Amino acid sequence: MPKMNLSHFEAAFLFSLFTSVVLGVVTKTNDRERLHYGVYVFVCFLLALFGLGWLMYLGHG
Amino acid sequence: MAKEKEEKRPLPPVGSWAPAVVLGWLVPGGGHFYLKRTGRGLLLLLAVAGMFLCGLMMRGAMFHPQTGDLLTTLINTGGFVGDICSGVLYLFSVWLGYNQPDMAGAVHDYGTKFLVTAGLLNVLAMVDAFEIAAGRKD
Repeated sequence: MPKMNLSHFEAAFLFSLFTSVVLGVVTKTNDRERLHYGVYVFVCFLLALFGLGWLMYLGHG
Repeated sequence: MAKEKEEKRPLPPVGSWAPAVVLGWLVPGGGHFYLKRTGRGLLLLLAVAGMFLCGLMMRGAMFHPQTGDLLTTLINTGGFVGDICSGVLYLFSVWLGYNQPDMAGAVHDYGTKFLVTAGLLNVLAMVDAFEIAAGRKD
């Protein structure tokens, strides 16, 4: 089994991607709404990722 | 304003939903394949298996049930339940000898979380399969 050595960003990006796909698939009632929700969740993950990243960077001084 | 009570629906016969739920546990997306939701099943399979494999390649640790103080019990037993919810992915990796010790390091830590989250996402897929099989969802 090959070893993966990811950065924090890469790991969080992959996590967001997989989680968004599942949340998009299991919620809502039609494919269009599922796609919209999946994309929405993914964008929220990324915004939180960058927001918290900047917060930690600025908080660290 | 009176809050409307949600109407309680009786549980359908076990035989109508149990195969989908059990298949969904064993193979991520399996419940959806069984219920002829191939596209959604495939997406679930790719997402859950992808997350689990990334967790393995990041050398994440599997949880083992432990008792002790409340937090230790909660984390280890809860983590074990999360791991085992991945079905055959978990069973095969353990049978094939995957036994990564818990090590310090961000990548290992991410890997451990990926492995647990794969199982938890599979629980969501199983609930979805149950709702479809029970006729509560299209």
